[in-house]
Amino acid sequence: MSRYFVSRAVQTLLTLAVMSLVVFVLIGLMPGDPIDLMISGDPNMKSEDAARLRAAYGLDKPLLERYLAWASEAVQGNFGYSRSFGQPVLTILWPRLLNTLLLAGSAFVLSVAIALPLGIWAAAHPRSRADYLINLFCFAGISTPPFWLALLLITLFAVFLGWLPAGGMAYPRPGTPWSVALAEQLRHLVLPVVTLTLVQLGPYTRFMRGAMIEALRQDYVRTARAKGAPERTVLWRHAFANALAPVLTILALSFGGLFSGAVITETMFAWPGMGKAIYQAILENDYNLALVGLLLATAATIAGNLLADLGYAWVDPRVSLAADQP
Amino acid sequence: MIRRFLAGLLAIAALAVTPAHAKDELVVAMTQMPGTWNPVISSMLAKSLIANMTARPLTAYDADWKLVCLACTELPTVENGKARVIDLPDGKKGMEIDVELRDLRWGDGVPVTTKDVAFTLDVGKHPLSGVASSEGFKRVLKLDVKDDRRFTMTIDRVTFDYNSSALLLLPAHIEKPIFEANPAEYRNKTAYDTQSTNPGLAFGPYRIVEIVPGSRITLEQNSTWTGEKPYFKRIVVKIIENTAALEANLLSGGVDYVLGELGLSLDQAIAFEKRHGGKYNVIYKPALIWEHIDVNLDNKLLADKRVRQAMLLAIDRKAISEKLFDGKQPIAHGGISDLDPMFSPAARQYGYDPAAAKKLLDEAGFSTIRNNVRQNAAGERLSIELGTTAGNRVRELVAQVIQSQLRQVGIEARIKAEPPRLFFEVMNRRNYGALGMYAWVQRPGGVPRSTLHSKEIPTAENGWSGQNYPGYANPQMDKALDDAERELDVDKRRALFAEIQKLAADDLPSLPLFFRVDPFVIPKALKGVTPTGTLNSSTLWIEQWRWEGP
Repeated sequence: MSRYFVSRAVQTLLTLAVMSLVVFVLIGLMPGDPIDLMISGDPNMKSEDAARLRAAYGLDKPLLERYLAWASEAVQGNFGYSRSFGQPVLTILWPRLLNTLLLAGSAFVLSVAIALPLGIWAAAHPRSRADYLINLFCFAGISTPPFWLALLLITLFAVFLGWLPAGGMAYPRPGTPWSVALAEQLRHLVLPVVTLTLVQLGPYTRFMRGAMIEALRQDYVRTARAKGAPERTVLWRHAFANALAPVLTILALSFGGLFSGAVITETMFAWPGMGKAIYQAILENDYNLALVGLLLATAATIAGNLLADLGYAWVDPRVSLAADQP
Repeated sequence: MIRRFLAGLLAIAALAVTPAHAKDELVVAMTQMPGTWNPVISSMLAKSLIANMTARPLTAYDADWKLVCLACTELPTVENGKARVIDLPDGKKGMEIDVELRDLRWGDGVPVTTKDVAFTLDVGKHPLSGVASSEGFKRVLKLDVKDDRRFTMTIDRVTFDYNSSALLLLPAHIEKPIFEANPAEYRNKTAYDTQSTNPGLAFGPYRIVEIVPGSRITLEQNSTWTGEKPYFKRIVVKIIENTAALEANLLSGGVDYVLGELGLSLDQAIAFEKRHGGKYNVIYKPALIWEHIDVNLDNKLLADKRVRQAMLLAIDRKAISEKLFDGKQPIAHGGISDLDPMFSPAARQYGYDPAAAKKLLDEAGFSTIRNNVRQNAAGERLSIELGTTAGNRVRELVAQVIQSQLRQVGIEARIKAEPPRLFFEVMNRRNYGALGMYAWVQRPGGVPRSTLHSKEIPTAENGWSGQNYPGYANPQMDKALDDAERELDVDKRRALFAEIQKLAADDLPSLPLFFRVDPFVIPKALKGVTPTGTLNSSTLWIEQWRWEGP
C-alpha cells in the first residue's frame, strides 16, 4: 500500500511539472502579452514605457528562460505575483478556492445525495411513471443552460418574491451575531447552489440509473432473488455495491471541477470563486494567476483520480492497490 | 426532522424581508473588479471609480467638461499669471506652473504636502517602479518647493494642457520607505495592495475598510476629510460582472444604484426605462467614447480615399442609432465630439447616400458588379474583412447591419469577431485585413495625436506603441497636431482643430460611427449623482450624493 502511495505521489509530481510547462508555454504562445493590453488602454504609453515594462516583468526574455525562473521560485513556495492584482497569487487564489469549495462542494454533496436515490429508484422501477418523470427531470437539467436557469431563479426568488438575494456573498456588519451572519451567508448560497445542483443532478442520476440497471441484470442478482433474498437486500447489498464502482469514477473525476470552479454560475451570482478568477486571468494575460489556478485544478483532478482508485478498492474487494498484484 | 428543516427555511425566509441595508449606507455595483490599487501604476476605470472616493487628482474635468481644481486651490493659467512660458537651459521653450495644494489630510492625520508631490513624481520617473505611462512624470523637469503646500513645476514644453494634471498623490510617509527599499519590487510591495485598508492611503471623503477580491469593496467616511461632509456613512461597491444579474440585483433591492460608467448596457437601460421608469431617472450621458471603424490603409483595395468615403456614405448611422439605440447614441462626424469645445462644424459630414457611394466606387474603378460584389479592372473583388470584438452584443449587431448596408452598394464585408485580447493584438500589430470596429476614449479638448500622427503608427521598432492603427501618415495632419499641442491661444487652437477635423473627414483613416452614451439608471430618491461623460467619473463628487424624499 505504501509503495502504491509513493508511486502515485511521484506520478503526481511529474504530471504537475509537465502540466506547468505545458500551461506556461500555451499561455505564453497566446497572442499578445500584458503590456499589449496596457498599450491598448493607455494612449499615453510610449515605446520606451513598453520596453521598460517588458523588462520589468521579464517579458523580454525567451519563454523557456521565463519558465525556468518561475519554476525555480515555485519549488521554493513562491508562485509569483498576480499582475492584475499586484498581490501574491496564493493570496488571491486561496479565498477564492474556499469560496468555490463552499459553493461547488455544497452543490456536489446535494446533487449526489439526491441523484443516487433517484437513480436507484428509477432503475428499480424501469418504465414506470416515476422513471419517466425522473428521466424527464434529468434531461431538462442536462439541456438547460446554467446561465438561463440562474437568471430564471434570480428573477423568481430575488426579483418577484424577494425571498433571496440575487447574488454576491453576505457582508454582515461588524458586531452582527454569528447566527445571523451564518443565516445571511446561507441565504446567499441558496440560489447558486440550487442552480449548480440542478445542472449536475441530471448526469449523476442518469449514471446511477444506468449502472444500477446493468447490475440488476447480472446473474448474481438473479441468484440472490432465487435464494429468496428480500428486494431491499438485493437492491442495496448486491446491485448497488456493484453499480457504485463506475459511478464513483464519474463522481471522483467531477472532484477536479470543484477546484476549477463553475465560471457561469459564479459570474451570474457574482460569487468570487476560482472559475471566474482563472477565466479573467487568461483574458487579462495574468500569467502567474492563470498558471497557478490551472495547476490547482490539475492537482485536484489527479487527487480525484486517486480517490477513485481508492474508492474502487473500497467498494470492490477484487481490486487491489498493491503494486505486485497482476 | 422535516419539521425542524421547515422551521429553518421559514427563519431564513423571515430574514429575507429585512431591509438589505441601512439608510446611511449606499450599495452600488459595477461590472469589474479593480486590479492593483496603487493610483500611479496603471490606469483602469474600475479603479478610478473607487479611487475618486478616497483621493482626488490635482485637476479634473467637471460635468460641463470644464477643467477645475480638486486637490489644488486655484487653476493655474497664463491669464492669472500662475503659468508662464519660459526659456529652458537647452534653448527650447518650457513652462512654469505655480500650484497650491488644498488643506488636505491623509486618513491617519498626516497633512498632504509637497513632499507627497515630490515623492509621487520620483516614483513616476523611476524606470523600475512599474508605472505604465511615464510621459506625464518625465514632462516635469523641476519641482521647486516653496513650502508644505506651494510648489512650482517646470515642464519641458509649451502645451495647451499645461494645467491639466490627473496626478494622484501617493502618501510619502507610508510609501517612500517601501519604494526606497527596492524600487523594482515597489509595484508588488506597495501598501495600496499589501495594506489596502490603511487609513493613511486616503485623503478623500471615504477610505477603504474592506476588500473582498472579486466580490465587494466597502468604504467608510474618512474622518480627516476637509471638504463637504458626505451624506452616506458607508458605501458598499459590489462587483457583478454579468449585466443581466446586475439588473436583477437592482430590481431585487440588493443594490441601490448601478454605477453608470461601468454598469448596465445601453439597450438594457432603454428597456429598463420602459418597464421601471417610474422609480428611476434614466440619464443618457453622451460620453467621449468614440465608436468607429479603423481602415487598414495598407490594404490596396482601400487605399483610394473615395472607397473609404463611399463606405461611410453607404452606412446609415442615423437608422442604426434609431433602431438599435432608440436614437440615444449620437452620430459621430469624427473623433471630436459635437459637444467638445474644439468641435468644428465646418469639417465634411457624411449623411446616408447610397447613390453617391455607388458613384464614388465607380470613379474609384470598382464599376463592374459580379455576384453582387464590385470588382476593379484587375478583377479584384471589393470583398473585405470587418473585424470587431466578440462578446459585445451591440457591436456585433452593428457589424451585421453595416455588412448588410455595404452589400447594398456592392461591397462584401466578412465579419470576424474575435475575443478582445486577440482583436487588440491584431489591431496593434496592424495585422487586420481591412476594417476594425471598436472604440477609443477621448478627453475634452484633447489633441488626437495618438490616433492620427504618423509617429504613432505601431511598429516593431517603436515597441508597438501608438494607436494609429490605420497607418495614416499625412504631413499636413502631423503639423496641425504638433501645432495644436503647442498652441496656448484658444482661438488659434480651435482653428488648428478645425484643420485636423477637416483632414480627418476628408482622408477618413477611420470611419466615425457613434459617440457612446453612458446610461445612468438612478433611483429617484438618490440625488446629487452628476454624470460627466469623461474619464473623470461621477464619483469624484460623491460627497454630494444623498437620499431625498421617502
